[in-house]
Amino acid sequence: MRKLMFYLPLALFLALALFLLSGLFSNPMERQSVTTDKPLPAFNLPDLMNPEKRWQPQQLHGETFLLNVWGTWCPTCNAELSYMTELREQGVKIIGLYYVLPADPVLGERFDLAELQADVSNKLQQRGNPYQFNILDFDRSLALDLGVSGAPETFIIDSTGIVRAHHIGDINPQVWRSKLAPLYQQWRQQDGVQP
Amino acid sequence: MKIISGLFALFMLSLPVLATEEALRFDNEAQRQLYQQLTAELRCPQCQNQNIADSNAVVSVDMRQKTYDMIMQGSSRSDVLDYMINRYGNFVHYQPPLNRYTLLLWLAPLLMLLGLFALQLKRRRQQAAAQANEQLSGLAEEQPSATLDAELDKLIEQYRSKK
Repeated sequence: MRKLMFYLPLALFLALALFLLSGLFSNPMERQSVTTDKPLPAFNLPDLMNPEKRWQPQQLHGETFLLNVWGTWCPTCNAELSYMTELREQGVKIIGLYYVLPADPVLGERFDLAELQADVSNKLQQRGNPYQFNILDFDRSLALDLGVSGAPETFIIDSTGIVRAHHIGDINPQVWRSKLAPLYQQWRQQDGVQP
Repeated sequence: MKIISGLFALFMLSLPVLATEEALRFDNEAQRQLYQQLTAELRCPQCQNQNIADSNAVVSVDMRQKTYDMIMQGSSRSDVLDYMINRYGNFVHYQPPLNRYTLLLWLAPLLMLLGLFALQLKRRRQQAAAQANEQLSGLAEEQPSATLDAELDKLIEQYRSKK
């Protein structure tokens, strides 16, 4: 019994050390999304390039697609454009949700659509355009409803408009192959089956 | 000099204010307090361990605005919390609910307290037992000490002879 008490602090220390060590290799940004397996939230937002056209969830039904949250202001988003363009060429349907940064009136900034459009088309010409079209989330209301915490983030939406996956971070060959492609294929296969 | 040090002391007395406090208008003090409470309790999903009151990440700015809008529309504390938890999960609230995933988290302090209590109790008992022993041996002191002395003398003899 005495001996046991003698070794107890050492055992406790080792347990704590192991616990903290495992923490070093965990990803603190990873968390369970709660917006998956639910329908897309209601929205009525303009098209980025053609603002007269408005998008609503029902118009996106019919085919599984990726909804990619991005902005030209976000370096990681710019970096993933070229790989996603490759995916588009392989037949993956990608729709952009443009995440507008809030303009700071103190710095004399204000939202300028023409400027934004020029900026976007410039960027897409440089890096490749993976998008069928872009939905302009000017007040980030859809992003908030989807539980978006920043850009880039990507959702897989099935043909009935239900969110099937939520990926936080960029899309690169490794992430696509190991995580997103299997899910995309799975829901894609069910497209024809579901009414 | 006195004036300067006086002013300095006065300056030190001033209370710290929230750096990101916006000039928001509320209808009453209850609303203001609710807003401050909620923005301190809600956690920024983008940053590592900051509440949305302290964070200027875009998502925190939006969440603060939403909190403000909801309060102004008469939403209650639980309405706002439900709204945020429905979008960002329990991660977003600094008071996690009690469920099977968080059971250990909630029970750990209690278990530790109970453990300490048990340890203390055990120690007391051991001490009491030791004291009782001493008293007992005190009663029967004379006889054993004579035999012990003899044993000791023997050992000393042995040691000396070896030398």
